[in-house]
Amino acid sequence: MSKGADFPAVQVNGVGMVFNKGATGEVAALDGIDLTIRAGEFVTLIGPSGCGKSTLLRLIGDLLTPTAGDVSVFGRSAHESRTGQDYGMVFQHAGLFDWRKVKANIELPLELRGWSRSDRGARSSEMLGLVKLDEFGDHYPRQLSGGMQQRVSIARALSFQPRLLLMDEPFGALDEMTREHMQGELLRIWGETGTTVVFVTHSISEAAFLSNRVIVLSPRPGRVHSIIDVDLGDRTPDTREDPDFFSAATTIREALRSVGGAE
Amino acid sequence: MKPAVAKILRSSVTAVLALVVIFALWEGYKWLGSQTGDTWPGTAVELPVSSDDIIMPHAGEIVGELFSDIRDGRSTLPLSLFLLKKAWFTLQEAAIGFFLGSAIGIGLAVLMLRWRVAEQGLLPWINVSQTVPLIALAPIIVTWGRNQGLPDIVSISLISTYLTFFPVAVSALRGLQSPDSAHVELMRSYAAPWRTTLIKLRLPAARPYLFPAFKIAATLSVVGAIVGEISIGTKTGLGRAILEFAQRYAVWPERLYASVFGAAALGLFVFGMISLAERLVLRRTDEVVA
Repeated sequence: MSKGADFPAVQVNGVGMVFNKGATGEVAALDGIDLTIRAGEFVTLIGPSGCGKSTLLRLIGDLLTPTAGDVSVFGRSAHESRTGQDYGMVFQHAGLFDWRKVKANIELPLELRGWSRSDRGARSSEMLGLVKLDEFGDHYPRQLSGGMQQRVSIARALSFQPRLLLMDEPFGALDEMTREHMQGELLRIWGETGTTVVFVTHSISEAAFLSNRVIVLSPRPGRVHSIIDVDLGDRTPDTREDPDFFSAATTIREALRSVGGAE
Repeated sequence: MKPAVAKILRSSVTAVLALVVIFALWEGYKWLGSQTGDTWPGTAVELPVSSDDIIMPHAGEIVGELFSDIRDGRSTLPLSLFLLKKAWFTLQEAAIGFFLGSAIGIGLAVLMLRWRVAEQGLLPWINVSQTVPLIALAPIIVTWGRNQGLPDIVSISLISTYLTFFPVAVSALRGLQSPDSAHVELMRSYAAPWRTTLIKLRLPAARPYLFPAFKIAATLSVVGAIVGEISIGTKTGLGRAILEFAQRYAVWPERLYASVFGAAALGLFVFGMISLAERLVLRRTDEVVA
């Protein structure tokens, strides 16, 4: 087993986050968050806007530093984990570099790690296969649709085979049909790679369809309101019509109502 | 390639048409002036510019002047070739000014990007620098250059540099700051050091901002070189030619106008070169596949 296998993927201990601390405009974004995410899990963070779910994701990724508590990723501090490039990140907007071809975008993190040209080429072709964009390696991002761009962004995040994938509303800007398709694709990729996924969304159906566990956050300051286990077995397109899927969605919806967040 | 050729053809035709229109307006104005004695038709109100042949020589004669002979040292050659020769000197000074100014501009922008203090401290001075009149600055640079034993071409290029660094510095800073937060966070998630982020993200992202600035800088570099030549009193270059023709304007106005054409043509040439470079660097297909 790889190093850190005995540790949870993510361990969040008593984390609080206050922006502009001590200044005017001080905002308490998160308070007293405790959370354990096991390796290989697919966990969704959901909550009304202002609940700090994106902030929590950024704390796990060490893009922000908590004002209280600590975060560890595979047994290392979040900071060590970022400098060790333990995780890949996918944002709401694909964030591809439009002067780079699709292939070169996927290879960016490999380039930064000093991979040789041939190794990069081999890996990016493999990744293009994984996200089913084999023929688009030599295209420029703006020649692709939004869904395809987001798939490239996922390929880029997975190119160096990180053990953790952090996703910040990655399908939020896509239309419903593309979105459902992408959710299916993501679960397939998750199954094939065994990566741990932390996924931020504000869509109830997305949370129910994708996750093993849904973390419901309450707003201002963000606190963990409840943790909902979702057990739907292997997801197929039919899962969306399964009564278990609806009851999971209902549980999440009720939790969200009680924290005062409309969908 | 085909649409590109068509585009160039179209813009050339437009340019020629514009020239024809300007000529027609010029000659029309002259004709009007000669009919009314330089007043607006039916009034005693004077026209803003006198239409006589000293102030406004005939367009045809200005063009014709380009083909009339002029003495250059011991040889005689058509004015157009004479101007071309002079423009070659000016182009070299302008090119040095352009490249040096652009390098300084980008360097300053990187400095201001790296340290906010530098931005706050430098940006006002960069703006102020452009309010210093060139005419006042030129003799200072020239005297300094001669004291250092530098050839005049260096001083002229420095004057040109002084004009070119400014638009490049301002646009480069905007361009370097242009990547959105997701791009910057992405590089942070890779633990990329500042320099890597600069090279892989910020500099490429700045290119669309840089080229318009390069175009302005290129034309300014020609202006700077010409003004530099005039204030230094060099023996060659377009600026020298313009100075000489200006002194004889009262008797030979067509020549000055023709030499102004030369300066404008040089400006257009460097502008065109930058546009070409832009097309090569920022070449991208806009065709949508899916």
